[in-house]
Amino acid sequence: MSDIYILAYDGSPAARRTAEFAAGRAKLAQAQLHIVHVLEWSPYSFLTQEELAERHQRRTQELERATQSILEPLVSELTAAGQTVTSEVRYGNVAKTINEIATEKAAKVIYVAKSNETGLASRLLGNVPSALIQIAAVPVVVVP
Amino acid sequence: MSYLNLFKLFALVLALMLMPFTAQASIDEAINNAVAPVANAVSSVIFFSVPVGEAQLPLIVLWLIIAATVFTLYFGFIQFRVVGQAIRLIRGVYDDPKHAGEVSHFQALATAVSGTVGLGNIAGVAVAVAIGGPGATFWMILAGLLGMASKFTECTLGVKYRNEYPDGSVSGGPMYYLSKGLALQNKAALGKFLAVFFAIACIFGSFGGGNMFQANQAFQQVVIVTGGASSFMADKGWLFGLILAVLTGAVIVGGIKSIARVTEKLVPFMAIWYLVACLIIILMNFDKIGWAFSQIFEGAFTGAGATGGVIGALIQGFKRAAFSNEAGVGSASIAHSAVRTTEPATEGIVSTLEPFIDTVVICTMTALVIVITGSLTSGAGLTGVELTSHAFGSAFSWFPYLLSVAVLLFAFSTMISWSYYGLKAWTYLVGEGKTQELIFKFVFLVFIVIGSSMSLGPVIDFSDAMIFAMSIANIIGLYMLMPVVKREVNQYLAKIKSGEIKRVR
Repeated sequence: MSDIYILAYDGSPAARRTAEFAAGRAKLAQAQLHIVHVLEWSPYSFLTQEELAERHQRRTQELERATQSILEPLVSELTAAGQTVTSEVRYGNVAKTINEIATEKAAKVIYVAKSNETGLASRLLGNVPSALIQIAAVPVVVVP
Repeated sequence: MSYLNLFKLFALVLALMLMPFTAQASIDEAINNAVAPVANAVSSVIFFSVPVGEAQLPLIVLWLIIAATVFTLYFGFIQFRVVGQAIRLIRGVYDDPKHAGEVSHFQALATAVSGTVGLGNIAGVAVAVAIGGPGATFWMILAGLLGMASKFTECTLGVKYRNEYPDGSVSGGPMYYLSKGLALQNKAALGKFLAVFFAIACIFGSFGGGNMFQANQAFQQVVIVTGGASSFMADKGWLFGLILAVLTGAVIVGGIKSIARVTEKLVPFMAIWYLVACLIIILMNFDKIGWAFSQIFEGAFTGAGATGGVIGALIQGFKRAAFSNEAGVGSASIAHSAVRTTEPATEGIVSTLEPFIDTVVICTMTALVIVITGSLTSGAGLTGVELTSHAFGSAFSWFPYLLSVAVLLFAFSTMISWSYYGLKAWTYLVGEGKTQELIFKFVFLVFIVIGSSMSLGPVIDFSDAMIFAMSIANIIGLYMLMPVVKREVNQYLAKIKSGEIKRVR
């Protein structure tokens, strides 16, 4: 069985560059690329009555949108180029969830784009790549 | 025409209607004179009372106590047996990570709590101790503990018999379990009748306790902090009501969700702030804690300081507890039923925490603050939010301002929650549709103006009457459906015990 590489992908230009880089590496190593997209979500956030009632419906729509407009184009492009690609969408804390998936899949490495945020918010609240570096159970490659 | 424009039109029409009144004071008076007789008539029917000793015991209070006691005994003190399980469910230890993004137990509980934590906790409790003396607190706590079993029953049923539509949205609540649950027992006609009765009562309940009472007490608090009788706002309840109606309208008609979301997020913090403020006041009167508790226990069994003795204290305690935590009323089951679970009993178990947080914790704090600061003597004659404000003011002169912020937010979030409960009942009766929804929402807004213009007495009587009317239909259904709940909870607890349902973390 070939190795599994995780690619964190949100459809941004930076993520696109990361995807190209990761795809190149995976090709060289004949590894399988597992593309993940995480929708930020906390089970402890507060919702209004209407949001509660519509939640299941919204979730279905959000998952569909993420799969169709973010993951599908990349998956079909890479598959067409002859690569073994799988993908999934999940809800949760972005960094934690990516690490969970990597652990579940026994992945060899995680590819993630460098955060473009440099402002105060990023300093105070952190960003996905730095959080991932701190918690990840497998090596993390941060692509600029 | 967009809803926002429609809404502006509505505000304009309302303003024009009020124009002919020359003196502003007379607007409040006119509204009060027009609505009070109706409110009084309605409440005298619902609150049919039997004399017990010197006090009048409204049968409806007996109805709620008996129901809560029956459920407590029938389910073998379920509310005390599942505390640990409720906390584990909220922490999400049984949640499949694959289902992340769905409504969690915590979210369903938090939303339901922000709907029940309202002015009942601040103003209602003050009414209870003003009339029922310190002893009312004891009965209130007891009612809160018993009410946990009622809440458990109705929320389990809310999830079990909810409607899930093809588009993925859910509708639940007493309307659905009364009609669907009883149909399964071959009592379809009775079920439908109870469901319709409940829905009608729920619509008026949303105008009363979920709206007029909140608007009324929020206005009182604003008047108090802006200078009492000499305040610019003093006799302009209609103006305050209009402002509040515009804000509420922006959320429920204009669909400005950000306001609702901000409120929902602020309410938990306000609740924590309120508790901290209460604790500070209690600690400042550290030496009187023992005395306050002895007043509460003494009052509970001797009726000291209560109008109508022990029974008077008991009635007030039970009345205000039921009005605050809504256990047995059925409203919260509408919010709780949105949770994503395959086991209805889980939400019932989680919902037991709601009366606990609402009544046993928050209401008790209010009562303790009023008793411990000696406000029952120093603030004699005061009632409702004025009494609570007086008690807060006796600790720090600026506390009433913070209290006002809490009062406004609690009132606002409760009004938004209840507008949703009322709307659900209304669409259950008349069918779903934009026009139908708009009609309800506009009427709801009118009641905000009416509520803030009236005096407390008729408002509180009407509010209580409607909320208790809901409990008549709801509790009849709960009695008939309680074996279903018992089966649900027993099989669920057995699965937990056998390890069939595993913890995921």
